[in-house]
Amino acid sequence: MKASTGKANEWFLSLPSLMWLLILFLLPTLLIFAITFKPPDQFGGFAPGWTLHTVESLAQPNYPAIIWRTIYLSILTTVVCILMATPVGYVIARSRGKWRQILLLLVIVPFWTSFLVRIFAWKVLLHPDGAIKQALLACHIVSTDTSLLYNSGSVLLVMVYNFLPFAILPIYAAAAKFDFRLVEAAQDLGAHKFQSFMRVFIPGIWRGLITAVLMVFIPALGSYVIPDIVGGPSGEMIGNKIAQRVFVDRNLPHASGLSAFLTVAVLIPMTLVMVMQKRKQKAEPLIEEDA
Amino acid sequence: MEFENVSKRFGSIRAVADVSLAINKGEFFSLLGPSGCGKTTLLRILAGFERPDSGRVYLNGQDITHIPPNKRKVNTIFQSYALFPHLTVRENIAFGLKIEKRPRKEIDDEVGRMLALIQMEDHAHKYPDMISGGQKQRVAVARALIKRPEVLLLDEPLAALDLKLRQRMLIELDLIHDEVGITFLYVTHDQGEAMSLSDRIAVMDHGAIEQVGMPAEIYETPRTSFVAAFIGDTNFFEGQVAEMISNEYLRLAIDGFPDVICFNDKERRQGDLVYLSVRPEKIRISREKPLSNQYHNVAPAFVEDVIYQGAMTKFWVKTEDYRLAIIQQHSRFLLDEKPIRWNENVWISWHADDGFMLERYREADEDLMGLPPTHVGETANNES
Repeated sequence: MKASTGKANEWFLSLPSLMWLLILFLLPTLLIFAITFKPPDQFGGFAPGWTLHTVESLAQPNYPAIIWRTIYLSILTTVVCILMATPVGYVIARSRGKWRQILLLLVIVPFWTSFLVRIFAWKVLLHPDGAIKQALLACHIVSTDTSLLYNSGSVLLVMVYNFLPFAILPIYAAAAKFDFRLVEAAQDLGAHKFQSFMRVFIPGIWRGLITAVLMVFIPALGSYVIPDIVGGPSGEMIGNKIAQRVFVDRNLPHASGLSAFLTVAVLIPMTLVMVMQKRKQKAEPLIEEDA
Repeated sequence: MEFENVSKRFGSIRAVADVSLAINKGEFFSLLGPSGCGKTTLLRILAGFERPDSGRVYLNGQDITHIPPNKRKVNTIFQSYALFPHLTVRENIAFGLKIEKRPRKEIDDEVGRMLALIQMEDHAHKYPDMISGGQKQRVAVARALIKRPEVLLLDEPLAALDLKLRQRMLIELDLIHDEVGITFLYVTHDQGEAMSLSDRIAVMDHGAIEQVGMPAEIYETPRTSFVAAFIGDTNFFEGQVAEMISNEYLRLAIDGFPDVICFNDKERRQGDLVYLSVRPEKIRISREKPLSNQYHNVAPAFVEDVIYQGAMTKFWVKTEDYRLAIIQQHSRFLLDEKPIRWNENVWISWHADDGFMLERYREADEDLMGLPPTHVGETANNES
């Protein structure tokens, strides 16, 4: 009885956000899927009737390369971000008082500057006359004809830069709740520092890691501004193609087709992660606050 | 196992101050003291989690002061048990051997043996969140013992359990100690645990060891006022030797209390200052003046408070300027004698042998015993 009223209350309270998601998120997504199967008209809209033309054209030869690049750049960004963010999260969680505040602030500080400005700043830095190129030249690490800009490398670099805080924060949040006495226990049982880190700390912050992966991988897949500014034609990602189809080609169904593809590409890893988490939750029914 | 002049500071706090201590092989040894006395730091130094600022630690004659924790033949049972939440009971116990990369078959056999020892075979597949506090404790014991340590360190392992479970785990720990026969170093603030388990106890205060001895030794012959007050309750007297009655006994003149006869085990002489500790249960309380010889101290007293404690009754009585604690097993339901109540005039007595002279006395230690505030007696007076 009580449980059912609680359930009803829950539904009632989440109704506004559910409606919001339904009207502004789910419906448009379905529309995008639908428009994929519409023929384009010459005014940038779509004509009546249904066609498979767009779906077929997605198989055109220049797409697989871009799709592949989008996926591998996103995966690489995620991997690099996680590898860098995990030690950082560990250190912040282990530091005490004032230091923890300062380190956290340093992670968040970049958000105070406009995203666009920060990306343009990278363009300046990586420019042939920029500080980084000049420094590398001086050290004879690169020659004058190597370009630091307008390739997949520059896109990867700037994406990692941009998404790193999104990986650090959830990992830190999980690490802050982690009981570091477990690391001591592992060492007590014979594990050296790295073993106790891998076998106890990493499983302990599992949820934080998964959140970090999703927080980096999904936006990375949809990146548009970063490859647009520092990528050039050889660093293009699927986001750029979608924009091109809308703004340049005025082909809404085609843009929808690419978007729909991206959505499916995001849904697959998310579903996988959710299934994995469900399984983990079944294994550990509750997280105990304190023994 | 031995500590040699070990010291450790945390900032301005001296956690361990020049401790030297030798623990015998196979012994059940307890470090007993109030929180913040340095006992856990000493244990962590032995485990390898803290480096001493000075001094050395030896295990089996080998200097282990600078050996990292994972290389020491020492395992710990943590206060919070620190079981790995992502591993099952079986995997938790197997952890130490998996790290050693032992053959799978061997690990399975050892884990099976440990599960049998702690009687947890039916719970082997469960995660730590799914088992009770007592069971977690047992898993922690098995996880440490499977490494066959030279010394098992126990950091207040029973603190998180309720009274009944604590009593049961005490017996279990004792049995496990008998079975495995290795050295146990047990850290606790609970004198009852230390008393009932230990072969020997080291009582610690402010980073230093006050006294080392067998439980009865510590309780019956405390060296300092701290030991006397921390282990059980006691009454302190401060007096001057007024008369040497014989080679063995002397009479103390006490300011604000009748003269007291006591056994002279410290070879005190005429005029020496003496601090005496008399345990509350050594003092008798009665309505009639007790029959006595010259070795009995007898004094009239006024009952200020009676605290019924089930197995016994505690009295707070006042004689001249002194307020004394007396513990008596009550016979109120067996004899037709009327029980002693508040505001009665009674007689107290104890034998000269039951007082014990302290080597060192500190007034602050009186606070350890939870003396009643002085107004309690006055309130009782007003009510009558």
